[in-house]
Amino acid sequence: MILVVAEQRDGKLNRATLETLAAAQALAGGDQIKAVVLGQSVGPVAQELADTVSEVLLVEHATLAIYTPDAFATAVQQVVASARPTYVLFPHTYQTRDFAPVAALRIGGALITDVTGITGTGAGATFTRPMFQGKLSAEVRHQGDGPRCVTIQIGAFRADGVTRGTAGAVTPVAVTIDASSIRQSPEAPFKEAKQAVDLGQAERIVAVGRGIKTQENIAIAERLAKAMGAEIAASRPICDSGWLPMDRQIGSSGQTVAPKLYIALGISGAIQHLVGMKGARTIVAINKDADAPIFEVADYGIVGDLFEIVPALVSELEK
Amino acid sequence: MKIAVCIKQVPTREWQPRLNEAGTWIREQDASYELNEPDAYALEEALRLREKHNGEVVVCAAGPARVQQVIREALARGADRAIHVEDESLGSADAALTSAALAAAMSDERFDLVLTGLQSDDQGHAQVGVMLAERLLIPHSTIIMEVQVEANRVRVKRELEGGWFQWIAMPLPALLTIQSGINQLRYATLKGIMASKKKEIRKVAMVPGLAAAQQIVALALPTRSKQTQMITGSAPEAAKDLVRRLREEARAL
Repeated sequence: MILVVAEQRDGKLNRATLETLAAAQALAGGDQIKAVVLGQSVGPVAQELADTVSEVLLVEHATLAIYTPDAFATAVQQVVASARPTYVLFPHTYQTRDFAPVAALRIGGALITDVTGITGTGAGATFTRPMFQGKLSAEVRHQGDGPRCVTIQIGAFRADGVTRGTAGAVTPVAVTIDASSIRQSPEAPFKEAKQAVDLGQAERIVAVGRGIKTQENIAIAERLAKAMGAEIAASRPICDSGWLPMDRQIGSSGQTVAPKLYIALGISGAIQHLVGMKGARTIVAINKDADAPIFEVADYGIVGDLFEIVPALVSELEK
Repeated sequence: MKIAVCIKQVPTREWQPRLNEAGTWIREQDASYELNEPDAYALEEALRLREKHNGEVVVCAAGPARVQQVIREALARGADRAIHVEDESLGSADAALTSAALAAAMSDERFDLVLTGLQSDDQGHAQVGVMLAERLLIPHSTIIMEVQVEANRVRVKRELEGGWFQWIAMPLPALLTIQSGINQLRYATLKGIMASKKKEIRKVAMVPGLAAAQQIVALALPTRSKQTQMITGSAPEAAKDLVRRLREEARAL
């Protein structure tokens, strides 16, 4: 049996959970799939999943109302101990990254993270994940006899590809969590006030990465953006360096965009960046490294010096 | 305050991957190495906390002899001493194995705070920090963008997805995985490099009986999900061709 750990916030299921269900269906072969929903007053979320799996385990407890790694690891540990799945699949979100390694250790299972593909079904399956910043792709297999834990990378499986059937049962499952055992005290989530730019609305985006080399060179990309009627954006290292504000960042920690046109200048294409932009309709990559992972998702690629190509593009557009 | 920083040595960003004959790991002898970038931010944060709260910063690394390079660099940047769990097999170890090797070497030190980078630029499991916290029986939080140490507890700003953040408090000792960009990095000064030569690197053997939780069956260059049309020629030619295609084929301009 495959157990999918669903993720919800304020009673709303996230898209990554549906993608993880799609991955579970690809992995299952003939195996059963169950989902577990953790929280407080999350019955409607469980109902929403009922027709995608044979059974939804509904775990409600006061300590699960607000996420903490201690409470969630304990809850998953107890559910796995009673349900005894062969696989436990999680969406590869920041929340999963925060508690799944603890849950895996406690249930005696190996955890393979960031999975973008599955080969085979059942016990013989191998899992594809990026390594070395996406320069290489690894086929990985679990060792040992414990439950095999997997996190499914965002965008690797299609949420609308989930097969729905007749609704399975929603079964309440009791867990024992002592509130005093939870060591983290979280406060309410917030957004930084300066977050002013909504790149999600942009039709065209010119994004810069480490290949731009200096802060002064950002102006070169800005001229191209102006000539194209595009917004300027960047990969994480550029914003970390303060060369562009954080609200211009594309990727898992920044904004997710799907513009008509995305031009990636000197961006190597680590998975954390790709998840934020690979939904763009047309992607252009300009990079001096022919093996840069960004070319894997590009529709058009130019291998070369962006400091020569970008000015040439600007003069071509201004003709 | 006694702060540990776990660091890893990874291939440089410019490194072009080459595989071993079995296609299960990289040809390590071809790689040049550097300090894992997120770990550099963790080190910097530890040095800043020491400046504010006094105490010491201890660098901890698990890996082959070559890892001395980045340990020396961390000492030159200002760490006080180092613990090196040295074993050739740790160069390609997974997170379960690496965290177990580190935990065995670190538990007696009773650190007040343990910092790691949020993930490594090589295997990138993003698990070592969290597993290390569990093995050291201390609370943790991940992807941290600000650290405030108070009496017997730490309050941290955790990054959530899509530009959201959250403050979380927990008792010390605790482990934090640090996000890149939390601070501005400092580099080693000549004085720091000279001083580092006298600093202690305690070598520790890996505890016996540890096993990996996963196996790499094959490593390969990734396959392309799209049929990329590569545009060649001089810069003006390529620019002209690209603009034409974006207008006529893709209708994106």
